Amino acid sequence: MDILRRCLLSLLLAAVSGVVDLRNTAFAGATSIVVASTTSTEQSGLFKHILPLFREKTGIDVKVVALGTGQALDAARRGDADVVLVHDRPAEDKFLADGFASRRYDVMYNDFVLVGPSSDPASVRGLGVREAFAKLAAAKAPFVSRGDRSGTHGAELRAWKDAGVDLPAARGDWYRDVGQGMGPALNTASAQSAYLLADRGTWLSFKNRGDLVILVQGDPSLFNPYGAMLVNPEKHPGVKAEEGQAFIDWLVSEEGRQAISSFKVGGEQLFFPATGKTAGP
Amino acid sequence: MQMFSEILSRLWSLDRDVVSIAWLSLRVSVTAVCIGLILGIPLGSFIAVCSFPGRGIAIALLNAFMGLPPVIVGLALYLILSRSGPLGSLGLLFTPGAMIAAQATLATPLVAALTRQVVADTAVHLGEQLRSLGLSAPLQAAAMIYDVRFSLVTAALAAFGRAISEIGAVLVVGGNIDGFTRTMTTAISLETQKGDLSLALALGVVLMSLVVLVNMFASLLRRHAARAYG
Repeated sequence: MDILRRCLLSLLLAAVSGVVDLRNTAFAGATSIVVASTTSTEQSGLFKHILPLFREKTGIDVKVVALGTGQALDAARRGDADVVLVHDRPAEDKFLADGFASRRYDVMYNDFVLVGPSSDPASVRGLGVREAFAKLAAAKAPFVSRGDRSGTHGAELRAWKDAGVDLPAARGDWYRDVGQGMGPALNTASAQSAYLLADRGTWLSFKNRGDLVILVQGDPSLFNPYGAMLVNPEKHPGVKAEEGQAFIDWLVSEEGRQAISSFKVGGEQLFFPATGKTAGP
Repeated sequence: MQMFSEILSRLWSLDRDVVSIAWLSLRVSVTAVCIGLILGIPLGSFIAVCSFPGRGIAIALLNAFMGLPPVIVGLALYLILSRSGPLGSLGLLFTPGAMIAAQATLATPLVAALTRQVVADTAVHLGEQLRSLGLSAPLQAAAMIYDVRFSLVTAALAAFGRAISEIGAVLVVGGNIDGFTRTMTTAISLETQKGDLSLALALGVVLMSLVVLVNMFASLLRRHAARAYG
């Protein structure tokens, strides 16, 4: 027997069956939806906790693509997602105003924390957000920025603005724009003993903290609400409206709220369900 | 040293998820390489055997495309496969099918360029003979491919190495969806981002072992086949 030919033939067969198989999984899409969400929700492990519960109840498979909020909304604008779950209110309002979704649902919230080296060279420990950011800029303390148009990046830019810091003028070597997700930004800050604004969820589940500790928290301006929106099927006929809506309805239902509340890392609750208000455009 | 023992213990406790992730990586990359071989071998030998205007440029381009940046391939495919893109109706974006397409795009020029090189080399001493037999160009090419078939295993392995180790393209078109499009490389990247460096390294060890195993299998096969039919 020609062993080489046999092997090549079986490889070819494997390739063909692989393609067929994978196409089948791709097209068995009737009961699956794509949710564009943020790195903070994915990397904290929230989805791993709640999605099996939703699946068990409805049989709908939720595929989460974790991007920054800006990128997630862009993907939804292109019609590549059925639902978005993001956290940058101004960007979400723009998405609504542009007609890409007709309704925004308050799903949950957590908060941002200002993290920095425990030696705290800029002495911001325990301050309010406004004073802390003003001091950071004045001291030119090393600061890591997400720089990726994510919800956290948006919150950071608002914090500089509130503190009266003109970032384009003030930025220098101390301001390190990494252009990546929450995890890589934390890794960078940990390696460089720099300050950064993080969402509490990712911070709590992050394992490579090094010398970093929470320095500022609890300020009302650090409130971090997450909203869900179904992509408007009139803009993109491919959107699985029924299943997408079912997911959103579940998230804001008593059951979904309990699932979100019961997600804990090291005994600490990471996300708090919203009180069930919704907002139109 | 402490890191090393930590990696070992993480390796020990890897769960079934890792097996399915490794299996997906293998399936996607092997399929992509097969597509790359089916497209790349004829393309490479065509360029090696036939003379046509602009052949020099075609060879230069082919060689340059061996260095095609994965993230560019990913981005271009993303735009093509997006629901707003020309092939959006296929619904392939964020599926393993899209990852296969991306890796096949990376593998094809690599296979074609390496095939062209070995076929051109063998054409030096075999070409005259084949031409004197009055064979047509496709038949000449087929005879030469047969002559260099063992060398093409190297091309296949190079393409496999490129496919399974790349992350830029699969991350963009696959979306790193848990249990669906998460491959070894995107899983390693995710664990690194989560700051779980020892788990990331443990996964890296699994990926490396996978690559070594595939290469050992190929070289065994090649040696066996060469002994039997060389």
